[in-house]
Amino acid sequence: MTRWVMVADLRRCVGCQTCTAACKHTNATPPEVQWRRVLDMEVGEYPQVHRAFVPVGCMHCADPPCMHVCPSTATRQRPDGIVTIDYDLCIGCAYCAVACPYQARYKTDEPTFAYGAPMPSESERFDPRRIGVATKCTFCSDRIDAGLEKGLKPGVDPEATPACVNSCIAKALHFGDIEDPASNVSGLLAENQFFRMHEELGTEPGFYYLWDRKP
Amino acid sequence: MTYGPKPWVQRHWDVRAATNFILGGTGSGLLVATALAAQAAPSWRPFVALGLALIALGLGAVWLEIGRKLRALHVFFNPFTSWMTRESFAALVLFALGATALALGQPWTAQALGLAALAFVFCQGRILRASKGIPAWRTAGITPLIMATGLAEGSGLYLIASAGGGAALGPLILFVLALVARALAWRGYRAKLGAGRPLSTLEPSAKWLMNAGTVTPLALLLLARFVLPQLFPAGAVLAGILALTAGWYFKFTLVTRAAFNQGFALPRLPVRGSR
Repeated sequence: MTRWVMVADLRRCVGCQTCTAACKHTNATPPEVQWRRVLDMEVGEYPQVHRAFVPVGCMHCADPPCMHVCPSTATRQRPDGIVTIDYDLCIGCAYCAVACPYQARYKTDEPTFAYGAPMPSESERFDPRRIGVATKCTFCSDRIDAGLEKGLKPGVDPEATPACVNSCIAKALHFGDIEDPASNVSGLLAENQFFRMHEELGTEPGFYYLWDRKP
Repeated sequence: MTYGPKPWVQRHWDVRAATNFILGGTGSGLLVATALAAQAAPSWRPFVALGLALIALGLGAVWLEIGRKLRALHVFFNPFTSWMTRESFAALVLFALGATALALGQPWTAQALGLAALAFVFCQGRILRASKGIPAWRTAGITPLIMATGLAEGSGLYLIASAGGGAALGPLILFVLALVARALAWRGYRAKLGAGRPLSTLEPSAKWLMNAGTVTPLALLLLARFVLPQLFPAGAVLAGILALTAGWYFKFTLVTRAAFNQGFALPRLPVRGSR
């Protein structure tokens, strides 16, 4: 079986937000909707101050609470672990949004554009099916599927890899199959210490954060 | 130790969703109280109509909140895991039984309707319990708290609408038991929720719930029953009003003000220079 996951190396992320921009460009999300965000966390007091840049978004949990609560079955999970939303089924009740512990879901009730009136690019890429329904990161599943059909390897071949991973200037973001012991992500997790966000909630997120090498 | 931005109040569910929990709970509690009174009080049908109307208004309010209103029937698609779907099915059964009760006027129909109302308010509690992103809702004690609150409000409304409970003793006993259960449920929920911003946000409304909504109504009823009988039924009506409004205030706060999300947290900070 395949289980697609993302790995973020917190030691490498510089908070440039290129992944955020790449995601917005690829998925044509409206203003204030960021399927891939990078948090800028500052902790401590001078001179003991630490700063961390933390990419967040849908964690594509193995046990996704958003899917369990969805009354319309719009939220589903593919066999490869990717959590999807069927825009034609979703009723926009936002139950999934309050069930998600990662604030990964958005609902836009009316069309919004960067400068009020839509620019030509926004008009062309506007998807009315996304109005009034829940939206979130898809792990660029369309790119993965198209790439696999061409015999490419997601996480290795850029054409089959999520846009945020491709765009990362510091090689902080990685994507791959955690079930494959020889994959890039399996290698990173074997060599480094990692955690998953809010692991105590039992959602088994498919997003791993590296924080130090293994001793 | 964890690090991260502080949680903030969710904005996905607003006063419209709160109205569903408020009116749905009160309507359900009223139907349960009516079920207990149906044998002794023959003129129970207006109470059934009022209870059904409250629940319908609550569901109407939440319908106004959904993004795709014309797809509302999709809410029935996931009875296997979604408590929102189960609430919708409970509502279907409840309205079918309500129509039967109004048409036939037999006490057993009101009693069956009371059971359906209990199922409906139970589903409402479980809807909040399944909201894993909101600590104030996912806490284990939320379901008994929501159920007890609904029963206290509904039986309080019965006392108001019947001017003190009328000939039936059932609703009055339910009112007293529900007030005690609500107070106990709050204590249990509070202990499980633990200290933090959700609890500190809930505390003012919880004080109202305990003092104005529980202790005062119980004192009024005791006074009217054992010391100053001339206070009855006005004392019982006032007790009902206090229990009802305190419950509404508490649930409004729970859904719209105390609903802080999980926020983000790092159990570890990156050790730079190690790679």
